[in-house]
Amino acid sequence: MDSKEKEIIGILEENARLSDKEIARMAEMAEEEVKGIISKLESKGIIIKYKAVINHEKAGIDTVQALIDIKISPERSTGYDSVAVRISKYPEVQSVRLVSGEYDLSVLVLGKTMHEVAYFVAEKIAPLEQVRNTVTNFLLKSYKEYGEIYEAEAKGKRLAVSL
Amino acid sequence: MTVIADRVSQIEGSGIRKFFDIAQRMEGVISLGVGEPDFVTPWSIREACIFSLEKGYTSYTSNWGLLDLREAISDKIYEESGVFYDPEGGILITTGVSEAFDLALRAIINPGDEVILHEPCYVSYKPCTVFAGGTPVCVATGVEDKFELRAEEVAEKISDKTKAIILSYPNNPTGAALSKKDLEEIADVATEHDLIVISDEIYDKLTYEGEHTCFSSLNGMEERTILLNGFSKAYAMTGWRIGYAAGNKEIIEAMMKIHQYIMLCAPITGQMAAIEALRCDDETDRMVSEYNRRRRLMVAGLRELGLSCFEPKGAFYTFPSIEDTGLTSEEFAERLLREEKVVVIPGSVCGDCGEGYIRCSYAVSQYELKDALERMGRFLDTL
Repeated sequence: MDSKEKEIIGILEENARLSDKEIARMAEMAEEEVKGIISKLESKGIIIKYKAVINHEKAGIDTVQALIDIKISPERSTGYDSVAVRISKYPEVQSVRLVSGEYDLSVLVLGKTMHEVAYFVAEKIAPLEQVRNTVTNFLLKSYKEYGEIYEAEAKGKRLAVSL
Repeated sequence: MTVIADRVSQIEGSGIRKFFDIAQRMEGVISLGVGEPDFVTPWSIREACIFSLEKGYTSYTSNWGLLDLREAISDKIYEESGVFYDPEGGILITTGVSEAFDLALRAIINPGDEVILHEPCYVSYKPCTVFAGGTPVCVATGVEDKFELRAEEVAEKISDKTKAIILSYPNNPTGAALSKKDLEEIADVATEHDLIVISDEIYDKLTYEGEHTCFSSLNGMEERTILLNGFSKAYAMTGWRIGYAAGNKEIIEAMMKIHQYIMLCAPITGQMAAIEALRCDDETDRMVSEYNRRRRLMVAGLRELGLSCFEPKGAFYTFPSIEDTGLTSEEFAERLLREEKVVVIPGSVCGDCGEGYIRCSYAVSQYELKDALERMGRFLDTL
């Protein structure tokens, strides 16, 4: 990846709602060039999607999330990949990561109720042939997601005028 | 009986007081009048300070400042510019660069000595020179020279009373920076006329175009320069009030003599935090690249509004011209605040040659910056 692509990625990772014109200004590039680079990054699957980081608790949207630790018996030919991909396909599953340590996969599951999440794990994950064992950790509170702290720090404490 | 000493009453009060008062009574103000980062001090720095408090570091420090901090600063200056200042006697920790600046002048100025300074500049240079008993001799810099100080202009102002030159690049309020070659020419003038150079390099890390050159690193300048720097801008630590002076031991010793009687030492909690700050260059890099994006956004935005705007190379200010509006800097700033609730600083408070300009800080979030530009656009349309 060249430095222009890196610069654009850096800008978008901070704020994906900027217009091409604004990005062009920040990166000191022509608007057309920015457009071109972004569509290239999109078509290559480097930029996967643009989403908002939402504080669900504040929005009053009741959801339940759980981190599921999963122990896997890897398959001879495909290792962890085939089972990880299978698990990824469920829309309830928010993220699937292969991790080092006591367990192999760390899976984030989203549901409306604890019951729904627990059922999903019991019915869809646990019975899979390669899954040896699961531990369900319900999330109690989020403090920081995607690098953003939920309770922003005191703003506006600066003096309006200082030299 | 006149209560207030002449030395003090001859100095005018700060020209921005009025704006502060108006802004304070308003809701929904966006301030581009800020002279400090919008970032909070990086957490690892704050955490180091909290830890030091837990361990009971609440006492005075040596008048010179903590040796660990002086050593770390000495290493940093050496790494960045190849100049070695002895942590024992060559570096003094002060309560912000403001104190260091005052000490530097008081240490070297005799009544009537002249001090050459370039304008537009930070508001305290002139008053501090007067308080120290010196006579400020101002060199106006203009947009045609990119607000850069030229050696020949310095040379023209030199008299047999000239004692020192004050340099402040990257510059507040203009954002101008000087190339190494330009600095070398000024260094030659300093050598030729045996002058001290007080170099305020508080914005050194916030350099976007070219590389910052530490004035002490120039030929023969190590002994002649009083290098001033601190933690406020690069590490977002304005409220901690930690700065330092580095220079030849005779001058630093003299500054230390004043410091020990008026200040005793810089606050220990801030010094503890500063030690950690010097290990946080990644955080600084992150902030600098964000400032750089906003700088470009703001310059392009101001130009799109039809204002002619010099391209700043450092600090976090733009300095557009508002001359075409027919308003004075102060009228412009006051009306913009009253009508669209945007604070900017009239360039005139930074020296007569700042008239016709306003200082707009981009140490604000991208959202505020865009909003402020829209408001300025509406305001300009009404003129």
